[in-house]
Amino acid sequence: MTAQIVWDDVTEGLEIGPVVRHPTSQQLVKYAGASGDYYQIHYDKDFAQGTGLEDIIIHGALKNAFLGSLVTDWMGPQGNLRRLSCQYRGMDIPGRPISARGVVTGKYEDDGNYLVDCEIWLENEQGQRTTPGRATVSLPKS
Amino acid sequence: MSTAPSFLTEEMRQQAIGQESEPRTLEVEKGAIIKFAEAIGDDNPVYNDEVAARASRYGGLVAPPTFLRSAVSARPELPFDVPFERVLDGGSDWEYFEPVRPGDTITAVSRIDDINERNGSIGLMLIQTIIITYTNQFGQVVATQTNTSIRY
Repeated sequence: MTAQIVWDDVTEGLEIGPVVRHPTSQQLVKYAGASGDYYQIHYDKDFAQGTGLEDIIIHGALKNAFLGSLVTDWMGPQGNLRRLSCQYRGMDIPGRPISARGVVTGKYEDDGNYLVDCEIWLENEQGQRTTPGRATVSLPKS
Repeated sequence: MSTAPSFLTEEMRQQAIGQESEPRTLEVEKGAIIKFAEAIGDDNPVYNDEVAARASRYGGLVAPPTFLRSAVSARPELPFDVPFERVLDGGSDWEYFEPVRPGDTITAVSRIDDINERNGSIGLMLIQTIIITYTNQFGQVVATQTNTSIRY
């Protein structure tokens, strides 16, 4: 386990990740079962292509979860996730690696809490940010 | 490209904004949390290891941040018919206030926060912002989720 990151050591521009994910069609089926989202564009290729897609696509909410894990792993066991947002700008297809990354955009104190704002995103092999977002965490102070 | 005729009037907007869904409840089961964490590929022990979670600052197992997505909330009904069949998920913005634990009963209510129309590359579309409020059995709001959906 890595050492707990503390607010004092965080600086603007600090990079988070990358964490490379290799989502498979099997993972999408597991996610469908675990989340209850059974929309067929996520596991039935014929259905997906019938709606004009090139292939099955990764659930937006699963990409949201990948970004959540990026941030919660980075903030460590003493960190607290306050806010997590993302936009689904581009589709991602299983079988292709996607990288979760982020960068610290600011840090401040608010009512005794030591907060850090981050820009986070998923990018595909071409470096396109298919899923940009933001997160705010509170961190312990040394 | 020709501009599609407008669909949404200001009067319809005002009728739609504030419409709420029926509440839906979810019993949060330990096994469901463990399965969800496994499905998203997150092996953080606070989701799957009772002993490690007990020693954490939560004092027990908690659910991953996007777990509440599986507490599928009912959609608020629009007070008019919509001539669009397709829906795209535009994004999600979560705010977290309290941990979600096994044994919790979570009630989800969604409310239309805003609705607008826009002419885009896919023609006329309705852009709807819905805020889902998740409340536990103690009356604490554990999280809110603002979702943008696009109907076209």
